[in-house]
Amino acid sequence: MIARRHFLQAGLAASALVGASGFGQWARLAAQQSLTQEDLIGGPGSGTVSLVHITDIHAQTQPIYFREPEINLGVGAVNGKPPHITGDAFRSAFGIEAGSARDYALTHDDFVSLAKAYGRMGGLDRIATVVKAIKGDRPEALVLDGGDTWQGSLPALRTQGADMVRLFNALGTDAMTAHWEFTLGSERVRDIVEGELDPAFLGANIFDAEWDEPAFEPMQMFERGGHQIAVIGQAFPYMPIANPGWMFPELSFGIRQERMAEVVQSARDQGAAAVVLLSHNGFDVDRKLAADIPGIDVILTGHTHDAIPEPVMVGKTALIASGSHGKFVSRVDLDLDGSGVKGIEHRLIPIFSDVIAPDPEMAALVEETRAPFAEEMSEVLGETSSLLYRRGNFNGTWDDLICNALISEREADIALSPGFRWGASLIPGQQITREDVFNVTAMSYPEAYRTEMTGEFLHTVMEDVADNLFNPDPYYQQGGDMVRVGGLGYRIDISKPQGARISEMTLLRTGAPIDPATSYVVAGWASVNEGTEGPPIWEVVESHIRRLGTVSLEPNDSVDVVTG
Amino acid sequence: MTLSRRETLTIGLGAFAATFVLPKFAFAATEDAIAEFTGGAATGQGDLTLTAPEIAENGNTVPIEIDAPGAEAVLILAAGNPNPDVATFHFGPLAGSHVASTRIRLAGTQDVVAVAKMSDGSFVEARQEVKVTIGGCGG
Repeated sequence: MIARRHFLQAGLAASALVGASGFGQWARLAAQQSLTQEDLIGGPGSGTVSLVHITDIHAQTQPIYFREPEINLGVGAVNGKPPHITGDAFRSAFGIEAGSARDYALTHDDFVSLAKAYGRMGGLDRIATVVKAIKGDRPEALVLDGGDTWQGSLPALRTQGADMVRLFNALGTDAMTAHWEFTLGSERVRDIVEGELDPAFLGANIFDAEWDEPAFEPMQMFERGGHQIAVIGQAFPYMPIANPGWMFPELSFGIRQERMAEVVQSARDQGAAAVVLLSHNGFDVDRKLAADIPGIDVILTGHTHDAIPEPVMVGKTALIASGSHGKFVSRVDLDLDGSGVKGIEHRLIPIFSDVIAPDPEMAALVEETRAPFAEEMSEVLGETSSLLYRRGNFNGTWDDLICNALISEREADIALSPGFRWGASLIPGQQITREDVFNVTAMSYPEAYRTEMTGEFLHTVMEDVADNLFNPDPYYQQGGDMVRVGGLGYRIDISKPQGARISEMTLLRTGAPIDPATSYVVAGWASVNEGTEGPPIWEVVESHIRRLGTVSLEPNDSVDVVTG
Repeated sequence: MTLSRRETLTIGLGAFAATFVLPKFAFAATEDAIAEFTGGAATGQGDLTLTAPEIAENGNTVPIEIDAPGAEAVLILAAGNPNPDVATFHFGPLAGSHVASTRIRLAGTQDVVAVAKMSDGSFVEARQEVKVTIGGCGG
């Protein structure tokens, strides 16, 4: 069966969202009054060993809004399975009441009204409170960071990650793995790892490109509660493809399943009572890895930014998905004896910033790292009357704004913006500060290029990116969302093979079909190629916002999605 | 400016190589090469491990490895290259291990094929798709 639908997700006003849902959630908002820090963190845990998992914080030290995806399609065997469910399907899968705190934290519906009621989420000072509370109950809890920590904000960009390194050291992080960290350049990463970094920097799949030898430690053994706990790191497998390989030319990545099987075996041989994989593979890749490699007790997943309130079991392996942007902290309690893991309990702790008290020490440290940039970050560029968000398989309103900026500031026919999954949301009525713009653009290859591409070439690009998202074999996916387009409409059938998914490409300005042989002026940013020229994207976006004054986006119905 | 197919991989956001349709002759050449190696005998599954990346980091130099205990010779083919022949590794009776690795150039997304001639005269085949892609949107 082919279900065909248009989706309208851009620029929905708050009133429209309330009116459309029919949840009548306002009556239930009284429930917020009963949210307490103690309830969110929970009482003493079970078992003997605890893990604390934070991942994909993208340098967001401050409480933020982050709207979860409305469209998060799975293909092949994972169609309709978490995390590829949203809205109603998500709520019914996990018994979540519409309009509840968990609904706000985990789904997209009624986001604006619920955001106003429940407030921002995250904040590293609140996270520190949660970590300290868990350590109060279980002093030896292992704090594990899944990576994408040193990138995503203005201070992290300016300090080349030094602020986040300092903050995550202070959090008591025991081990981490990486993805965007390497976009600071491999030299910078090595300097940090050898000089500034407290946690073990682990990546079983990071190899020397020339000699094909391991380049970083694959694993760290921790003794906790009389047991050996092996923590294996797995960095983002497609670093040199999805990000600029020239920034870390001497390194090679990949999934390297055989290598992972060897490291798991070696952990067992060394007497590990529990094997924990701290992964930046992305959820679907980890699900396949868990099925193919026996012997991993827990995979702390990352990269794809999914927040799932319960472990997903694959055989005996528990997959934990702890969200992104500091919205959640996972606590995993392992019940261990000499024979291994007997039981696992998981809490996905939502960091409601108005409920969980800031930890004063961390708050002061965060403030210190932000102080040099505070004035620059707080400058107001304009305001928005539309919800601005990014996450979702196709367009998000932040990307619509960025694409509009590229088209108007760079005088282009068509704009391309990468399908990144990071970037905080803004709700209607908020001012847009420079910090907000950096929260969706801050990275080390920001040049806004302007070039010509033929219609045929554009089609090839879009087919290629679509296959990175919708290839039925997760090992061939890279974990980003679809490239965002401005000035261009198209139809996508995700069930088709590469080369046949994208059709009906239309130049929106004229309504004419894209001609394969005609050249179009295309503006974009975040090219992975060395030597890309252009102003940094945040300057382009800032200039556009200043000219608009108030950002108001029309609904974007330019992508016609066909699901199989 | 003249660009080779490989060089286009590093240009702009895109590459033509990612989706080009494999010419028929390449498939035929692969099948012919297998038939020549096996003398027309059927190939089966067995003790042959082909290790290759799922997605090539650089299509110009893709590391592959074969591990075939009990093989006398292993034929490697890049099924989508204009000329699919890559190498044939021979293992003598005194070979300590029947493992070989090399780097190959792939013209685009395609199957890498390994066919092993086992010491009992049977033939074993393994293949894996290696994607040659543009990337740039992993987020």
